[in-house]
Amino acid sequence: MSGWTRHEGLAVGLPREGVDTDQLIPARFMSTPRAQGYGQFLLHDLRRDADGALDPSFPLNGADGSSILIAARNFGGGSSREAAVYALVDAGFRVVAAPSFGDIFAGNAVNNGLLPARISEQAALSLLAVLATPQHGHVDLAAGTLTIDTTETAFDLDDVSRQKLMNGWDDIDLTCAHAAKVADYRRRRIAIAPWVFPDERA
Amino acid sequence: MSDAPRTLLDRLWADHEIHLRDDGVSLLWVDRHLVHEGSHHAFRKIAERGLSVAEPSLTTAIVDHYAPTRARDGDGITDDIRRMIATLEENAARHGIRCFGLRDARQGIVHVTGPEQGLTLPGLLLVCGDSHTSTHGALGALAFGIGATEVAHVLATQTIWQTKPKAMRLNFEGRLGPGVGAKDMALGWIAKLGADGARGHAVEYTGEAVRGLSLEGRMTLCNLSIEGGARFGMVAPDTKTVDWIAGRAFAPQDALIDRAREIWADLRSDADAVFDRDETIDATDIAPIVTWGTSPEDALPITATIPDPARLSGSRARKVGEALDYMGLSPGHPLEGTPVDQVFIGSCTNARLDDLRAAAAVLAGRRAQVPGLVSPGSALVKRAAEQEGLDRIFREAGLEWVDAGCSMCVGMNGDLVQPGKRCASTTNRNFRGRQGPGARTHLMSPAMAAAAAITGTLTDVRPMLEGRL
Ligand code: SF4
Repeated sequence: MSGWTRHEGLAVGLPREGVDTDQLIPARFMSTPRAQGYGQFLLHDLRRDADGALDPSFPLNGADGSSILIAARNFGGGSSREAAVYALVDAGFRVVAAPSFGDIFAGNAVNNGLLPARISEQAALSLLAVLATPQHGHVDLAAGTLTIDTTETAFDLDDVSRQKLMNGWDDIDLTCAHAAKVADYRRRRIAIAPWVFPDERA
Repeated sequence: MSDAPRTLLDRLWADHEIHLRDDGVSLLWVDRHLVHEGSHHAFRKIAERGLSVAEPSLTTAIVDHYAPTRARDGDGITDDIRRMIATLEENAARHGIRCFGLRDARQGIVHVTGPEQGLTLPGLLLVCGDSHTSTHGALGALAFGIGATEVAHVLATQTIWQTKPKAMRLNFEGRLGPGVGAKDMALGWIAKLGADGARGHAVEYTGEAVRGLSLEGRMTLCNLSIEGGARFGMVAPDTKTVDWIAGRAFAPQDALIDRAREIWADLRSDADAVFDRDETIDATDIAPIVTWGTSPEDALPITATIPDPARLSGSRARKVGEALDYMGLSPGHPLEGTPVDQVFIGSCTNARLDDLRAAAAVLAGRRAQVPGLVSPGSALVKRAAEQEGLDRIFREAGLEWVDAGCSMCVGMNGDLVQPGKRCASTTNRNFRGRQGPGARTHLMSPAMAAAAAITGTLTDVRPMLEGRL
């Protein structure tokens, strides 16, 4: 995965609290191989009416090509399904800003180059008001700012996630550098708690 | 080692920390890794890089999310479902991973089977690509759900990078009333603190009401931690825990269990340990709880009335309005008496033997007014329940008794609630469409779901239990 520092694109607002992982991608699509692209499943049922037609009043419909999503409280709560992040990424999103995120979702996002930017409840409200129609947006990871139209908003992101996003780090490579320490720990673990290494009786 | 007072979280974290990076992220050793059908992304990731599984013997593959619950070889099973199950079984075989496949006597929902087999033990660090992995903390393990990228990392290295969460204590003082259980405690605190109320925290549950719970009840409580935003839930192990574990297939035995016991005795928070957050809840006040909306925080005692958006303001009013609209409920009406179309008793939250007994205690000798599905949490729970005759009680009440799996909790195996139908469910998520597109879910305890089956409405179970407890 390649890192990034700045991003420019179209920003769209989703003024709805608690958009959970089951909304981001309904369970029935989760057996699809990633190679087929998950963008088509993003918010699949929320964007459609009862007959399965795209609902023109849903904010994301008619905002094709947008890459910055401004959302409300508790975005991505619920399941650990990383497919929720795949759906956003494959649909072209690089940034989601909201007052709070599901913890597992936020970790998954960073692992896929998607920025989960935390903004205040107040900032989210005013941005969502500005975004009644999609606007041009600009995000600066190093500065921790999100600019929509002319309004600049600071966002919160822990340093570790910021570094990961900027460098596009791969954790497996990082871990391999600690192989000796891991092997050492394993030896100690066996000595202290041998039952960790199961001997099957079933 | 410093003598500063420590929390249970501090102890479990320190015991697994291999390396602490300058930026505060820990490299942790993983004692147990559980994988299910959803792990196909992670297996693909390691295959793409030509990596192998570092510790196959510490990994267990279990078929649950797509497991058919009726006629496992029948025609009703789609190619998609067959392929998802076969992919897991093949990946397990390729990497030499122990697998509780569809036909294994130990098959079941990961969070039921892990503890049942003694794979989950106090003091272990356990991960799984599933958010309800918090369940396993009920035995005093450090257990948390992870995403597919992390699953691939654990497969390849048997370790995981994690930032230590903050510690939160949820203390339940006093005793629960009759007919009230762990599900009510959980929905109660989530309603109070919000679905993101414990975000960033590991919750340790303490107090008389928690001590009084069976291990099954503690698993229900820890299971729902994630619905309050916490990735981790835990209960310090006690003699009940050790007794529950003894004799299970993968548990230490003989001299080893004595050694383990000594180590496990230290797994608790010091009396003077300081938590980043401390909340106390009076357990004596808790009534049976049901959800009315589309988030687990939308929960109220069964004696309450459906909230009225007109009495609320701003985004809260809008959210409640949208939820009621989806749920097809009218503001201001009593929750009790709301007609339901069906019930589901199952899932990693409430499908252990204790849960089935609680439902059967209400159903015995009574007839359900609405159809319902009872899916035990594992094949072994199913067998044990049948030995006690619980299956007969369910069948005689008119409910369907089927095989073990995630079933109608998420509908991946085809067990769906039809659009617009209202289901009284012992599961953990009442999200829109969770049990199927357009499905309306009310979360509640197994006893409450049984009561709903009998009256065909949301019902306070307590009067129905008189003379039966
Ligand atoms: S029973 Fe439901 S919540 Fe539990 S693991 Fe299965 S799908 Fe997830």
